[in-house]
Amino acid sequence: MNKVMFGRFIPGHSWVHRMDPRAKLILSFLYIAVVFFANDFWTYLIMTVLLLASVVASAIRLGVYIRGLLPLFWLMIFTVLIQVFFGAGGHVYWQWGWLVVSQNGLNSAGLILMRFVLIILISTILTFTTQPLEIADGIESLLSPLRRLHFPVATLALMLSLALRFVPTLMDEAEKIMNAQRSRGVDFGEGGLRQRIRTIVPILIPLFVNAFNRAIEISTAMEARGYQDGENRTKYRQLKWQRVDTASLVIYIVSLSAVIGLRYFS
Amino acid sequence: MAIIRVENLNYQYPNSDTQAIDNVSFEIQAGDWVAIVGHNGSGKSTLAKLLIGLMAADSGKITIDGQELTPETVWQIREKVGMVFQNPDNQFVGATVADDVAFGMENRSVDRDTMVTKVDQALAQVGMLDYKNREPANLSGGQKQRVALAGIIAIAPKILILDEATSMLDPRGRQEILSVIQDLKQQLNLTVLSITHDIDEAANADRLVVIDDGRFVEEATPKELFSHGQQLVEMGLDVPLPEKLKDALQQRHVAIPQSYLDERGLADWLRTSRLNK
Repeated sequence: MNKVMFGRFIPGHSWVHRMDPRAKLILSFLYIAVVFFANDFWTYLIMTVLLLASVVASAIRLGVYIRGLLPLFWLMIFTVLIQVFFGAGGHVYWQWGWLVVSQNGLNSAGLILMRFVLIILISTILTFTTQPLEIADGIESLLSPLRRLHFPVATLALMLSLALRFVPTLMDEAEKIMNAQRSRGVDFGEGGLRQRIRTIVPILIPLFVNAFNRAIEISTAMEARGYQDGENRTKYRQLKWQRVDTASLVIYIVSLSAVIGLRYFS
Repeated sequence: MAIIRVENLNYQYPNSDTQAIDNVSFEIQAGDWVAIVGHNGSGKSTLAKLLIGLMAADSGKITIDGQELTPETVWQIREKVGMVFQNPDNQFVGATVADDVAFGMENRSVDRDTMVTKVDQALAQVGMLDYKNREPANLSGGQKQRVALAGIIAIAPKILILDEATSMLDPRGRQEILSVIQDLKQQLNLTVLSITHDIDEAANADRLVVIDDGRFVEEATPKELFSHGQQLVEMGLDVPLPEKLKDALQQRHVAIPQSYLDERGLADWLRTSRLNK
């Protein structure tokens, strides 16, 4: 499990760490949307420079980001190969049966690879520099306009933060159950597919039952502490929009408009 | 003045054919530390849940601080009562220590500035201020229970109910929690109702209420109750350490006073009786 860097949080005090999670969420979404508008050298250059600037601002070494990309390495290779061999049109460089390497194929392969890397890196910056809790707070705050449509934003936010809070607790529990079953002779990761699936059951069912018991106890404890429903509560956590956020927003909007401008007006 | 009055309380779980609580009546005076003792399954926890309206009694009357418990008054009554449960993990609602302490205040619509100061004060009182931004996964069981206490201090209730709050802790964590509660009781003039089957913990209470199979057995001071000795064992309860020692000495034909002695009393008696020889 330790090798997976994707979705991790790395503590720090950099420019990006100090940003409001709302700002980071908005910027990531904007960036991902604009990636699909970029289509030539200059637009990709702007996108790449913007991303590298953000990576530098996050004060996390590039090597850590590359490790974040590794789990997706095979998926990238696979997509690129498909694009290379099956993208038809333009000058044909090489042909063997129905496998064709053409100019358009190479172009779109490069395009896809760039998009892949850019999108993954920008979301990695978000998760590296923002605690899951902050992300939950940010999502709640951004969804709050939906309150007018009677969407239960506060309830959703509470669910989200409770779920995040219990992730490590449930992981510990799963580990305990696994060890308990191992000590009773269950052999995990052995045998064929069918056998392996069968060994999952003695973990899953106790985990499931415990989750129910936990839910009952938590709801009792919450009620005993005066929780009635999502509405009419004050909030202890507060998000603060600072100058860093406005500055970053301006930089992003300028660069991203340039990309859209180049695409449509040149 | 009786702060908690329970009259002819009855409760039966939907899928059970015996009464979980069978015609229980007792009173608790304001400012007392009262322990409710009984063996496992004797109905102690059920009683605690009935007291703050987490479950509705079949019949009987509960009056807390002059207010009768009804579906209309249940939230007002919960304002006056803080409760700490057994499992430290399953009552930690907040994402971090500070969030958890603030949870009860958030529910009472306390404004943010007040919350910020009260969270710090409450955490300082239980000695957890340095852990303010920690997540529950990094805390020990005893620390989590201290945070639960801080959450209760922040809302300043009149009554504190401990539903086996120390039963999942190690001996040291248990001692620490109990001494924190002891201090709080002094400072806030709390009425403490602790539900426990740990007899040594019960020995520190002002009064004891004994429950056996859902029935009220007796209300007594620890001294009165522990002098029953063998009767306690028959009810499925343990006896405190000094009583066990007395029993062991009696079996070896040492003449020892029948009345209840706490640890110091017994130590004094032993010392003086050795000197007389």
